[in-house]
Amino acid sequence: MGAIQKLDEQPISDELKLVRAAKAGDIGAFEQLVHRYDRNVFRIAQHITQNREDAEDVVQDAFLKAYENLNNFQEQSKFYTWLVRIAVNEALMRLRRRRPERMVSLDEEIKTDEDSMPREVADWSPNPEQLYTQSELRDILTKTIQGLPSSFRTVFVLRDVEGLSTEETAEALDLSIPAVKSRLLRARLQLRERLNKYFRKRKSGDRKK
Amino acid sequence: MNCSDFLKELTDYLDESLDDRTRAELEEHLQWCHNCFVICNTTKKTIEIYRDSQIYELPDDLRVRLHSAIITKCQQKKA
Repeated sequence: MGAIQKLDEQPISDELKLVRAAKAGDIGAFEQLVHRYDRNVFRIAQHITQNREDAEDVVQDAFLKAYENLNNFQEQSKFYTWLVRIAVNEALMRLRRRRPERMVSLDEEIKTDEDSMPREVADWSPNPEQLYTQSELRDILTKTIQGLPSSFRTVFVLRDVEGLSTEETAEALDLSIPAVKSRLLRARLQLRERLNKYFRKRKSGDRKK
Repeated sequence: MNCSDFLKELTDYLDESLDDRTRAELEEHLQWCHNCFVICNTTKKTIEIYRDSQIYELPDDLRVRLHSAIITKCQQKKA
């Protein structure tokens, strides 16, 4: 797991204490919030924009916007969920700018049910990730997730990579809970289908693809 | 439960948010349907691999640079 930050390691009260101190003008407290969540925001931004420079800008702008609007944070949800919502909007804005030819919206209804239906039902090797070097595996995972529609990718990243609950994901993306669940299922099934060719059991004599 | 019902419930099953009765029906289906058994296991593995992956980690030097830029801008806003 290495550097992946686990959000449930910090009790909410501690987070709220920092938020309140930051609201009262304590920049050091805000800096601690940046330190706590910058890796997560960067990962989310990279997944959505698929562009390193855009992701750097999203991290800066999301935290700055959060700082400017701290007094509007009502403390009814977690600060992190509120921050993710800001970061996702910033990231989508940049994605739209970069790809004006394609409308990018989290509300888009994509007819990809066929893509989600399992076509190939081959079992995988026992530890498929060990078939590849770390860097090969990173390339495979990056390429595979980049092929998903942005609305599916975003839900998968928040829910399964960052560990937000279904309710928090719905709140961060302004989607209904059934919409989150439906996109999550399709994202998971599409990723599984696409990973088949790398991870399925090989017959002896097969070479790596 | 048939294969199409199984797919509808798969996400809630993997998230352990199914009620006891539906979970029991699904697990009964998995006992005799090899295809759904494989789909269930490989979907679970897909999630685990992405969760444990280290794609898009923030490098330390970039982290320091971003922190400094963010805090400088916040101080300017405050001033």
